[in-house]
Amino acid sequence: MTSKLNIVCVSGTREHLQMAAMFAATAAVSGSAVSVFISMNALRYFVKENRPSAPAEGEIGQLMGQKRVPPFEDLFRHAAELGDAKIYPCSMAMEVLDILDTQLQPYIEKPIGLTTYLADIEEGRVMTF
Amino acid sequence: MSKPIQVDARNSFCPGPLMEMIAAMNLAEVGDELEILSTDKGSADDIPEWIKKVGHELLDCRKEDEVYYIRVRKAK
Repeated sequence: MTSKLNIVCVSGTREHLQMAAMFAATAAVSGSAVSVFISMNALRYFVKENRPSAPAEGEIGQLMGQKRVPPFEDLFRHAAELGDAKIYPCSMAMEVLDILDTQLQPYIEKPIGLTTYLADIEEGRVMTF
Repeated sequence: MSKPIQVDARNSFCPGPLMEMIAAMNLAEVGDELEILSTDKGSADDIPEWIKKVGHELLDCRKEDEVYYIRVRKAK
């Protein structure tokens, strides 16, 4: 039986996004089904152009920028391309931030709402970042 | 015997070496050997674990001058 990992990203800090991406990528390439929901302050970092740099929350976040730590953007892409992770933007956050589907990274799925995501995560573990 | 495909992931942190190995493995043929070079201790534990879980063949894992050399054969 395939295990399933559901990841909810709401924080826009580098550490939270990095940890979520590490779990998503590692689980996806290890054969788990992975479903990621991106909302609140996390969404802004998934646009293609004029993407801001996620601020560090503390020491690790600052050091990651100086060392060869794979960026969370690459890890989420690996999760979707090397594994089979599905990464969904939150439709509410899209509207609040005035972000269109076409402005998001190509590996991001179509926006969904909470009802759809809740139905999607009825099975498996849920992690929130 | 052909030389293994080398993946130089030195100085990359977890899970970078694993991701670099998988990207190279996706381009390799079944039966090909890959050699991953990593300086990340966590990856030296995690990569053999991943190889075992996914069903490839771990050929060797050794440390030399602070570098881990992990050899794997693509099995499927």
